[in-house]
Amino acid sequence: MAALIGLAVLWPALVFSEFKPWILFDLQSLGAAGRFLAGFLQPAHSAEFLAMVLRETWQTVAIATAGLTLALLGAIPATLIVTERLSISRLGTGRMRAGAALLRQAVRWLLVLLRSVPELVWALLLVRVVGLGPTAGVLAIALTYSGMLGKVYAEILESSDAHATEVLLANGSGRLAALLYGALPESASELVSYTVYRWECAIRGSAVMGFVGAGGLGQRMDESTRMMAGGEVCTMLIVFVLLVAAADLVSTLLRRRLG
Amino acid sequence: MTTYRLDQLTVRHLAAGKAPALHAIDLVVEAGEQLAIIGPSGAGKTTLLATLACAHKPAAGGFAAFGIDPWALPEDARHALRARLFLAPQTPPLPPRQRVVTAVLAARLPQWSLRQALASLLKPSDPDAAFDALARFGLGDKLYARVDRLSGGERQRCGLARLLLSSAEVFLVDEPLSALDPTLAQITLSTLQQEAAARKAALVCSLHQVDMARAHFPRIVGLRDGRIVFDLPRDQVSDAMIAALYQNEADAPAPAVHHEAPEQLAVGACF
Repeated sequence: MAALIGLAVLWPALVFSEFKPWILFDLQSLGAAGRFLAGFLQPAHSAEFLAMVLRETWQTVAIATAGLTLALLGAIPATLIVTERLSISRLGTGRMRAGAALLRQAVRWLLVLLRSVPELVWALLLVRVVGLGPTAGVLAIALTYSGMLGKVYAEILESSDAHATEVLLANGSGRLAALLYGALPESASELVSYTVYRWECAIRGSAVMGFVGAGGLGQRMDESTRMMAGGEVCTMLIVFVLLVAAADLVSTLLRRRLG
Repeated sequence: MTTYRLDQLTVRHLAAGKAPALHAIDLVVEAGEQLAIIGPSGAGKTTLLATLACAHKPAAGGFAAFGIDPWALPEDARHALRARLFLAPQTPPLPPRQRVVTAVLAARLPQWSLRQALASLLKPSDPDAAFDALARFGLGDKLYARVDRLSGGERQRCGLARLLLSSAEVFLVDEPLSALDPTLAQITLSTLQQEAAARKAALVCSLHQVDMARAHFPRIVGLRDGRIVFDLPRDQVSDAMIAALYQNEADAPAPAVHHEAPEQLAVGACF
């Protein structure tokens, strides 16, 4: 009885929302989906297409790298300000000067603000401001990632052993010098590994942002998907896998070097 | 010139609770003077050294280093003063993944500009000085080794080699011999004392080896429960005084303390 009443209420809603599940099994749509999926078995590899993919890949890598570099320009100074361990006023008293504490908190909030807006939203906003193309992608990555990098860098530095840094500060060295000689040897490989991982994320992120017109491989992938060209999408996905694998390799090499 | 003048100085722990670690300490250290601080564990030796290094702010009383109260100075001036005091903590403050040469040259950081500090990370700026300092502690061959390849005793001496490269006028050394065998302890202590004498720097050294303290230091300060029990030239320190200083530690069994589990233990936390 209840089921009948439920159905009676639901029925107009289903009709109104044009919910027609049988379309899934319509011959025409099955055929289209089948062709799209079958296309995946034969990655597109015409010379012209590959040249285009290469060009767009280069643009994607460039967007990710430029975005991350800009993000570092913001994140490194923010890290130096936020890291409480590098406070000289804290030394001996256990508490920071009011002005310094306020500045730290303000930068912390700025970092929260930067990373709480998803890069896709930054990209949508920036596409309105600077127009379609890679500039929007670069700026979107720079904004979000400086928030993430600043926070995680500070946390990596604070979770390493404090003793070396504290003694250097107690013996009169400057904040930056104490960071370089006290905290960095412990944290360097973790910092590098996180940075390379973020570069990898930036490559993926730039693909997603391509869908909203921020250029690069993502934009081409959007076009190919709309044209139901499965082979082309497949080729581009393979390129992404290769890029991530390359980032992994770079990370391993750097970490081994820093040992 | 008087290096330190402590007048009824009280120092509290920085952590919660704020229990006093040192009660109304009176101490005067002249330039070039060498004194040993002895006393049972938990007497406040480390806190005293940290206070002398301006790394711990006293709660009450008078404190003057080189005739000035560091805590009345603006922060920059106080930090500049810290470069004239060298604190060598008991645990060597050396990052495990650093090379010994870099760790030792870190003593020069207060004098270096940031650019020099960076350059020295890539190419050690004065490896000869680092080698000489290490060689005086018998560690010349370890110049380019990584700190985590050193044994405990080697690390301790490596931390002290840093002291030789600093430009400090006061050496505050916390139990420099705790990881060393008797022979090495002898050599290490005499190296410290020679360097202090050569620079006319004051040497304040906390020690657990009472015999070493009485044999090598002209002045002995006995510290117990945050109070100075005696402060005398070594020939006036009697065995009875030493026994009294360490008394309870040897005789009384550890007092029965009921332990209670805290209401919540954070998962994964080890502190």
